[in-house]
Amino acid sequence: MKKISKQKWLRGLFVGLALSATSGTSFAANYDVDTKGAHAFINAKFMHLGYSVLHATFKTFGGSFSFDPDNLQASKVSINIDVASIDSNHAERDKHMRGKKFLHTDKYPTATFESTRIEPKGGNKFVLHGDLNLRGVNKPVAIDATLISHGKDPWGGYRSGFKGFVTLDMREFGVKSFMPLHTVDMELFIEGIKQK
Amino acid sequence: MIKNQTRHYGLISIFIHWLTVIVVLGLSVLGLWMVDLDYYSEWYKTGPEVHRSIGVLLALLLLFRIAWRYWSPPPASIETHQAWERLFARFVHWALLLLMCTVIAAGYLISTADGRGIDVFGWFVVPATLTSIPDQEDLAGDIHFYLAMTLLAMASLHGLAALKHHFIDRDGTLVRMFGR
Repeated sequence: MKKISKQKWLRGLFVGLALSATSGTSFAANYDVDTKGAHAFINAKFMHLGYSVLHATFKTFGGSFSFDPDNLQASKVSINIDVASIDSNHAERDKHMRGKKFLHTDKYPTATFESTRIEPKGGNKFVLHGDLNLRGVNKPVAIDATLISHGKDPWGGYRSGFKGFVTLDMREFGVKSFMPLHTVDMELFIEGIKQK
Repeated sequence: MIKNQTRHYGLISIFIHWLTVIVVLGLSVLGLWMVDLDYYSEWYKTGPEVHRSIGVLLALLLLFRIAWRYWSPPPASIETHQAWERLFARFVHWALLLLMCTVIAAGYLISTADGRGIDVFGWFVVPATLTSIPDQEDLAGDIHFYLAMTLLAMASLHGLAALKHHFIDRDGTLVRMFGR
């Protein structure tokens, strides 16, 4: 009994030190999005003529987040996307989508997302509110997100994984043509490795 | 008179020359027009298909044309042409050929950047070869556009020079290309 309480005391001391070190109120750990191992995907899906659904993926992006499983609301997310890295498995279409009428990547090469607040939805679900800067337009968006899971990986690291879903109205980002339905469904699968 | 003579162009060279004029101008207009088409235009798919197909056929014509220069060399310069005119003309002629080759090669690299071949009017497919150049379709696209503009500028210079010989020097440079 004595031993255990001593451990508790030690842990308490540790927590106190950690708290004062981060001078915050959370135990959030910082994670880097695992783009190196490609365990993260940012995909876009949109209708083709109303007959089928096209898929595209952004091949180059990066980001980091801080996350505390016991205090989701303290989490923060920051993602940047190389918009020109869009790949829909058709070079000419990709070139077209990078063009002026669509993503205009010469002028707006990077899209960024910075979270502003987390709205818990019960269990492992939450809404990730933040500012999306795409095609030079800054808009607040709300991403429906789920914590898939987190834990140790087999190679000595610690990982946490999320998925997110948001529908964007491309008219709000200055895209006037090509898309009769105007919306793009964005799917995000983000696995992060805890920073050491 | 099929082959070139020492003073006259043969029918093959004359035919290839004027056919190339029509095709290059046609592809230029079609190319500039088709990239701004609306997605719902009925030409949105057909325009690029025709552009690609004719581009491949122009490549074949170019190969034949360059081979033909060796089988049947062009006639000698007209005696009254100055040395600098001959040098300049030779430079422009080769520049035109080289520009056509590179514009077509760059166009081919745009369309085949993802490994898809080019279907020429449904007759045959030109397979993809190089597919792993970084940002291939964008890089090749820029090269295709700017070299095509250079080609048009060079062709204009070529045409203006022919008019200068016809109206100012009053020699046979231009009419030679009409079979005189």
